[in-house]
Amino acid sequence: MTGISLTINGETVEAEVEPRTLLIHFLRESQNIIGPHIGCETSHCGACTVDLDGKSVKACTIFAVQADGADVLTVEGLAEGAELHPLQQAFTDNHGLQCGYCTPGMLTRAYRLLLENPDPTDEEIRMGIAGNICRCTGYQSIVKAIREAADKINAGEGAD
Amino acid sequence: MTPGSFEYHRPQSVDEAVALLGQYGDEGKVLAGGHSLVPMMKLRLAAPSHLIDINGIDDLKGIAEDGGEIVIGAGTTQAEVLASDLLAESCPILPEAAALIADPQVRNCGTVGGNCANGDPGNDYPAIMIALGASYTLRSADGERQVVAADFYEGVYATAIEDNELMIAVRIPTHADGAGMSYRKIKRKVGDYAIAAAAVTLSMDGGKCASATVALTNVADTAVLSAAAADALVGSAVDDKAIDAAAEKAMADSDPAEDLRGPVEYRRAMAGEMTRRAIREALARAGGS
Ligand SMILES: Cc1cc2nc3c(=O)[nH]c(=O)nc-3n(C[C@H](O)[C@H](O)[C@H](O)COP(=O)(O)OP(=O)(O)OC[C@H]3O[C@@H](n4cnc5c(N)ncnc54)[C@H](O)[C@@H]3O)c2cc1C
Ligand code: FES
Ligand code: FES
Repeated sequence: MTGISLTINGETVEAEVEPRTLLIHFLRESQNIIGPHIGCETSHCGACTVDLDGKSVKACTIFAVQADGADVLTVEGLAEGAELHPLQQAFTDNHGLQCGYCTPGMLTRAYRLLLENPDPTDEEIRMGIAGNICRCTGYQSIVKAIREAADKINAGEGAD
Repeated sequence: MTPGSFEYHRPQSVDEAVALLGQYGDEGKVLAGGHSLVPMMKLRLAAPSHLIDINGIDDLKGIAEDGGEIVIGAGTTQAEVLASDLLAESCPILPEAAALIADPQVRNCGTVGGNCANGDPGNDYPAIMIALGASYTLRSADGERQVVAADFYEGVYATAIEDNELMIAVRIPTHADGAGMSYRKIKRKVGDYAIAAAAVTLSMDGGKCASATVALTNVADTAVLSAAAADALVGSAVDDKAIDAAAEKAMADSDPAEDLRGPVEYRRAMAGEMTRRAIREALARAGGS
């Protein structure tokens, strides 16, 4: 076992992990952070996407030991208390989800995308979420939701 | 799916990393971006007892110009290549190809060195590095050597790198002769490996092709340098006839396997078509038409 210390959604966490423990399993099974989903476990679907030191990564393809000292943000960290993040609100308003399985990864990725590129074109949104697979929506409503959230954030409605 | 057990090492310097590689030999493996290695470990296709994580080594990161060469640290991520102004200016084929590799999350982790050292014929950078005349700097506790990309690949997951060696950097000659370059890749969907892809560089002099290279991705056990395709271009005006002749040679040099990406005939035909398209684009960029 190896000791790690990291920040998850603003809280400091210290834990002992086996080096082979994947970050997604550490989050879900040891920390009860079950927002990030396991869709494929083969690095393809993006359901496990989290933010690691300001970058979107697939938590099923990183070991928890590699997150030692890191700042991790999951979908649980997006809302401010009862107030949804503008992306979460826009997904709700625009049917950006159906079954919801892809949604935590999609939101976490979209959150970082808008920080990297606050006013993306639809094409840039599509390329930006290319690592996140959705079997339900056909993506149109997701792209629309991200576009709307970007516009609202840029207009200063709902910070972050 | 959890990989088998291993001991985890996180060296802070190249010296420390090569010492560990020397110590553990074939029991040890370098962990770079992990986006080829970790999936293989989950499937038990790789089961190293010691994992040597090189992500803490700053000396392996960065892109710089050094004399007549562009030097890319092995630990530089594909996302960093995509965002590099220096490369957009001096070697645009590399950021363009990065955009065709996987997806944003994978590119945030996956490294240039990992892509080049992996030895999977599906990786995109090997053919490009071969076409560019790049070489790899390999270091062990015994010293450093330089291996030309065209000599590096020996078979599926078989390369010239020794167990005790770390890839430090990729060195790419700057193409001062105004050469045009292009990488064309056909894939089933965003984030997929190539059905076939072609990397081409070519320079023109007085309306004739002065030099050319052609290399192919995922149509044989390793990336393929097609000297015959390049020969069909050199000395020609790079007209349709020469382009078709080069594509025929590229197809003859490919030996794809039938898999989910299609039957042999199709994949070979796509190697030809990607060669044609890459030649046309490289020609336009070299100032031809
Ligand atoms: C969903 C998905 C889609 C992908 N699509 C593509 C694609 O379209 N095109 C493409 O080219 N790739 C693709 N990849 C692979 C990706 O680019 C990998 O990141 C890359 O192949 C390996 O780089 P890495 O840094 O992740 O290396 P790792 O996975 O860490 O290592 C790969 C191998 O190289 C060795 N190695 C790594 N660095 C060094 C070094 N410095 N010195 C010595 N040995 C080293 C490791 O020991 C290991 O054997 C895809 C991956 C995924 C998960
Ligand atoms: S669960 Fe990680 S990419 Fe699908
Ligand atoms: S909403 Fe069902 S997978 Fe995206």
